Amino acid sequence: MTTPYVSIENLNVTFTGGARPVKAVNGVDLRVNRSEVVALIGESGSGKSVTLRSVLRLHNERRTIMTGSIRVGEQDVLKLSAGALADFRGKTAAMIFQEPLLALDPVYSVGAQIVESIRRHENVTHADAHKRALELFERVRIPSPERRLDAYPHEMSGGMRQRAMIALALACKPQLLLADEPTTALDATVQIQVLLLLRELQREFGLSVIFVTHDIGAAVEVADRIAVMYAGRIVEEGPVATLLRAPRHPYTLALLRSRAHGAMEKVDGKRPQLETISGAPPDLSLPQTGCAFAPRCTLANDACKLTQPEANTITAGHSARCLRLDATA
Amino acid sequence: MSTQPLLQIKGLTKHFPLKKNLFGRGDVVRAVDQIDFDVLPGETLGVVGESGCGKSTTARLLMQLINPTAGEVIFDGALVGGRDLPLKEFRRQVQMVFQDSYASLNPRLTIEDSIAFGPQVHGVSKQESLARAHDLLERVGLAPARFAARYTHELSGGQRQRVNIARALALQPRVVILDEAVSALDKSVEAQVLNLLLDLKDAFNLTYVFISHDLNVVRYISDRVMVMYLGQVVEIGAADALFDNPAHPYTRALLSSIPAMDPEHRTEKAAISGDPPNPINPPSGCRFHTRCPVAQAICAQRAPVLGSPHSAHPVSCLIYEPESGYQAEVKSEVTA
Repeated sequence: MTTPYVSIENLNVTFTGGARPVKAVNGVDLRVNRSEVVALIGESGSGKSVTLRSVLRLHNERRTIMTGSIRVGEQDVLKLSAGALADFRGKTAAMIFQEPLLALDPVYSVGAQIVESIRRHENVTHADAHKRALELFERVRIPSPERRLDAYPHEMSGGMRQRAMIALALACKPQLLLADEPTTALDATVQIQVLLLLRELQREFGLSVIFVTHDIGAAVEVADRIAVMYAGRIVEEGPVATLLRAPRHPYTLALLRSRAHGAMEKVDGKRPQLETISGAPPDLSLPQTGCAFAPRCTLANDACKLTQPEANTITAGHSARCLRLDATA
Repeated sequence: MSTQPLLQIKGLTKHFPLKKNLFGRGDVVRAVDQIDFDVLPGETLGVVGESGCGKSTTARLLMQLINPTAGEVIFDGALVGGRDLPLKEFRRQVQMVFQDSYASLNPRLTIEDSIAFGPQVHGVSKQESLARAHDLLERVGLAPARFAARYTHELSGGQRQRVNIARALALQPRVVILDEAVSALDKSVEAQVLNLLLDLKDAFNLTYVFISHDLNVVRYISDRVMVMYLGQVVEIGAADALFDNPAHPYTRALLSSIPAMDPEHRTEKAAISGDPPNPINPPSGCRFHTRCPVAQAICAQRAPVLGSPHSAHPVSCLIYEPESGYQAEVKSEVTA
């Protein structure tokens, strides 16, 4: 067994800024090997983005309590000093966001931001950094790259901005790429281009990637493994094909069935009703006992309401947190 | 065609003027350019396209929320805004649900007041309109006893969208325009709202215009689908026919961009490259020719014409126009 490159152990994240503390992440364990792509999927409020941002410690430290450990390579991220954290961000792990217009600085040209990032981490001349920025723009296939380096973020189209942000993230040759819904805001024909680009770059640079999305389709296009989150926990995790064909957690099952994708066959000239999950996810500022999905689960029994299920291994690499796995086989 | 269309859209155009430049010449954004289509009674017409293709502008023009630059909307045989059908009467019959459930509700009104507001404006007594609001809350699955007195911030996104749907139905409209109405919802909640929309359509004999960028959802809910590109209609057809046999090269590219959902057969190559062009200076001829995989020289010169809106599957592409100058050898290769 090789040691994983990223190892998140029992991560808990609680936000204390509001009237009541919100327990956004409740004991996440996640391992990512070198050159492996893991997709974290789930609905809003499931804790997938919070988990991802914890890896770069992007949460406001005065209003956030983080426990557990996050190791990336040899570094223990939660114990890094401020200076070491600044070295870590961008150089070891870099992030791409959903909305490049908010993530890029509007008052500097995109080229200047890439040059700044390279020179922050490496001792190179401005000219060399500029040359590398140009290579990156060519690599992510931005048309007329020389000219676009001088463009400001608002002068680019949505797809081009996302390519520019990918170039920026890869500027210092990180080993870990964190992607937070990078294609959600894009149009269908552009989304597929960006997904294919990410896949290609991941292979070429041997990147480890944590890819957060609510779109299972996007996850299937890029990921080796999928982890499904619900109410701050990973409820099921496994290789993409296994998770799609033989899901075992009732939430994963319901999520896959509720997609319009599966209900295209007409019955008596009408499409069948979609299967739905009744109710809504729990309020994470209230104490939880038992399985968080139990109130919405059709298979739940009394034990589910009292016991927090442990992760059960189904086959090698496929596990689910559920007491009723006997009923979903 | 035997049935008279409920809505007929003829030559509808909207150009948004931009700030004038130094020489006093102002550019315009050609958001919607000369579109014709029909909405049949009782159907769900899906509208798909990428951002900037004019689908939301079309919705706003249909509702008369913005004034068209040219063109007309005919509702049930009468010209909208004309003598037979004043705007207020038209708006009672056609209602809209927006994407942002929070921004489209008044935060200072309880949800029962929000729903009852429209009928009161149209002359229904306060008591009766509140009774109607409670009725509708029940219909959309929000128990009035628990929810009627709540404010919008006390509801989840899915619940707020149910309120918006109830409000749209409060005036007993015949047409509901759903502009990305489920796009902001999580998948499990989206399925609940889609089922609700289908139930309500049967119960109240509604006609839907359903605008969305989610192609799977559009296919699921629509009877017919209209595809837009850069302010123009490129193809209209029955949902299954259009998804199974897309005719326009753009429709084909759009459909093949749907993620494959099969880890063994992932998408290997994007169907088209680049982003949609800027609608300020749309390409000459066929607007898709700059990204079209089968474009020929003629496509940059000659604009294709969409077939009659009454035909079953009109397409706007020179490949299908006899004697358009498009080389037929390539055509057979494409359609094969």
